[in-house]
Amino acid sequence: MFIASREALQEYAAKIKGAAAAETKILVSMGTCGIAAGTTPVLEAIREEISARNLQNAIEVVEVGCMGLCHCEPTIAVIDTATGRQIIYGDVSAAQVPQILAAGTDSPAHGTRTVERSWYYPEFEAKPDTAIQAKIVLRNTGRINPERLDEYIGEDGYDALAKALTEMKPEDVIKEITAAGLRGRGGGGFPTGKKWQFAAAQKNDEKFMICNADEGDPGAFMDRAVLEGDPHAVLEAMAIGGYATGAHNGVIYIRAEYPLAVKRLGIAIEQAHEYGLLGKNLFGSGFDFDIEIKYGAGAFVCGEETALIHSIEGMRGEPTFKPPFPAVQGLWKKPTVVNNVETYANVGAIIRNGSDWFRAIGTQGSPGTKVFALAGKVSKVGLVEVPMGTTLRQIIFGLGDGIKDNKQFKAVQTGGPSGGCITTKNLDTPIDYDTLIALGSMMGSGGMIVMDEDDCMVNIARFFLEFTLDESCGKCTPCRVGNRRLYEMLNEICDGRGTMETLDKLKNLALTVKDTALCGLGQTSPNPILSTMANFPDEYLAHIKENRCPAGVCPNLIHYEINDKCVGCTLCARNCPVNCISGERKMKHVIDQDKCIKCGVCFQTCKFHAIEKK
Amino acid sequence: MSCTCDQMPGSDNLIEAYPEKRAELEAYIDSLPLGENPDRNRGFLIQSLHKAQSVFGYLPTCVQLFVADKLKLHLSEVYGVISFYSFFTETPVGRYKINVCTGTACFVKGANKIVDEFKRFLNIQEGETTPDGKFTLGILRCVGACSLAPVVMVNDRVYGNVTAKLVPEIINACAE
Ligand SMILES: Cc1cc2nc3c(=O)[nH]c(=O)nc-3n(C[C@H](O)[C@H](O)[C@H](O)COP(=O)(O)O)c2cc1C
Ligand code: SF4
Ligand code: SF4
Ligand code: SF4
Ligand code: FES
Repeated sequence: MFIASREALQEYAAKIKGAAAAETKILVSMGTCGIAAGTTPVLEAIREEISARNLQNAIEVVEVGCMGLCHCEPTIAVIDTATGRQIIYGDVSAAQVPQILAAGTDSPAHGTRTVERSWYYPEFEAKPDTAIQAKIVLRNTGRINPERLDEYIGEDGYDALAKALTEMKPEDVIKEITAAGLRGRGGGGFPTGKKWQFAAAQKNDEKFMICNADEGDPGAFMDRAVLEGDPHAVLEAMAIGGYATGAHNGVIYIRAEYPLAVKRLGIAIEQAHEYGLLGKNLFGSGFDFDIEIKYGAGAFVCGEETALIHSIEGMRGEPTFKPPFPAVQGLWKKPTVVNNVETYANVGAIIRNGSDWFRAIGTQGSPGTKVFALAGKVSKVGLVEVPMGTTLRQIIFGLGDGIKDNKQFKAVQTGGPSGGCITTKNLDTPIDYDTLIALGSMMGSGGMIVMDEDDCMVNIARFFLEFTLDESCGKCTPCRVGNRRLYEMLNEICDGRGTMETLDKLKNLALTVKDTALCGLGQTSPNPILSTMANFPDEYLAHIKENRCPAGVCPNLIHYEINDKCVGCTLCARNCPVNCISGERKMKHVIDQDKCIKCGVCFQTCKFHAIEKK
Repeated sequence: MSCTCDQMPGSDNLIEAYPEKRAELEAYIDSLPLGENPDRNRGFLIQSLHKAQSVFGYLPTCVQLFVADKLKLHLSEVYGVISFYSFFTETPVGRYKINVCTGTACFVKGANKIVDEFKRFLNIQEGETTPDGKFTLGILRCVGACSLAPVVMVNDRVYGNVTAKLVPEIINACAE
């Protein structure tokens, strides 16, 4: 297949849409998390059942990316193609497959778990009252086979690029993106149209479009989901950006930890070439655009755009001072646009539907949606896409179904190691870029880690500092040395060696590092400290003044004791990794406090509530 | 420049010892669209090192020198890159690379206890390899399967919802 014009694309798309569909479609979630949770045997079982019952013509199986329902993987959706009715099943096992296929879409198979659809697709349906989620970025993710370009084209894929190239001038594209108010989803929230404008204004024979797929925030996985589930959306948007800015080369910088995303991107690029959707003279417009993939090698700081550029150039990924901004002097010193995966994934929808359509979703200052990776102590972990301005309560308690095991919500960390925590009192704030900053956190890439009463906030701050310390490139002193001192002070507090003076110094140094570090990593690394100090001052004080860890986490400040409820079942003694519990059968056991490493195994294993954490 | 690493202490000359691996790496680098501009050719360094590590398992000096030679770079530039990125290793790793995720989601779900359990079970520290060369224990930050936290990766296989109790099972599964 070679597509040489917009007409040819539309004709081909019409043919795909018009092709007779099988009666039933079964979507099987084959993203990294689905596969890890065991989707492959389920897929095999479906295939076997279909061939055993000769249903090849009636049922079409589609391997899709993440549906966002990570809490109940393996997930599959059974769709009646004539009516559109569908049933989504979670926690599917291979054994359930025959019943599920037999049940059709009238009512769910007996003994299975079904999931309500909590989202809608603003591009092609009206909003039902029950939908909290609106999928623009994830419109195809979990719905089409990412390894088949035809399916993408069947969803109007590449028509935005065709439209831009044949109907719009480069400055019209920039105007549209600017009017839409699209802001960078990689963390900073910088207006994308403005960035493209800067690059377009540069006179140079060579420019670059870079896609930042480094996704360094540990706990965020939306970029992975998009790349695994809808890679062509990113390729198409990069080409649109190339046309708008005058760049003919695209580079996707992706982290080495995402092998499946790398594979699917590779397939997508190859297919796009074959169809003439990347390469020379796209849609007969005379515009050339090509994309190559470059790999990270395990350095968080390479998500920072100047470091990323150095890494692509084959150097150590150390940031450099801005200005010059990449839009002026970037890759190989040429004007370069760096945008995040999710930012790109919005572009096609804006070009297809216009900026007014886009602005109707979200808030005034932050139009559109945001994808969040909901993880941690929440009941239903997963990937959600909500309009900007949705409250944390709707996300955590609505979509996430509250806290696991009936525990108390304590805080949620947004913005990863650069962000801060948000507590109960702000659960009802509508969140967008600006409100999160006002709350002392930030949007970041969209990781949302929920914490409950069992999490010690000092320890959480220490965790983030340890992370920054590991990942600091070492180029500037505030970050290299300052963060080490911050980390040491947090250690002192967690170990019960902290004083009020430590606390003072901690705060002062945190502010200094924030003001003086060279790049975004160091400038934001103290945020978790400042925000936990502001929101949980009592917890810091308890560690310092009372030598107590209120959440019962910091090992030096807790110990385990066996009380009179002990029936002498010996279970704890058999499980203790250092064999420090002794006692006769049917007699009360005791813990040798000197040897105990406070691993908590006994506490978890005792069935008689005989072990207390103090 | 010729390879002198057999004279350097502590490094095996893999390039000479495994001609077929050397050929594989060489063919890969030769297939890259290298151009006239030496600066731009440096842009192929990281992917060449990825390839080299996947072929040889690790990157001792002789392999670094080989890559440097092919891309017309200095050994010091190659070394500078290898030492910066945590993905690259200069020491041999075990047949099974056990990596416990200590990203935020896994951390709040108790990843540290999993790390401790692996340490205890294998009797090695983070970054070390068992004397029989079978297991290397490491940590990494987020494999993007946070919904299954805590997560352990053994080579390319992802285990989700890992508990301390599962540790021996994971290790035994490797032995099979
Ligand atoms: C330490 C650090 C890490 C970053 N990591 C990422 C990342 O993983 N992904 C990303 O898209 N942006 C990351 N950024 C932001 C980028 O520098 C850049 O602003 C972004 O890619 C621009 O794209 P956008 O405007 O589309 O958001 C990071 C910034 C800093 C300071
Ligand atoms: S702030 Fe940290 S990561 Fe950024 S340049 Fe300085 S040392 Fe490197
Ligand atoms: S497990 Fe509980 S009841 Fe059994 S010996 Fe230990 S403390 Fe006693
Ligand atoms: S906390 Fe761990 S080390 Fe201490 S007694 Fe219990 S099981 Fe043993
Ligand atoms: S934090 Fe462990 S997989 Fe993301």
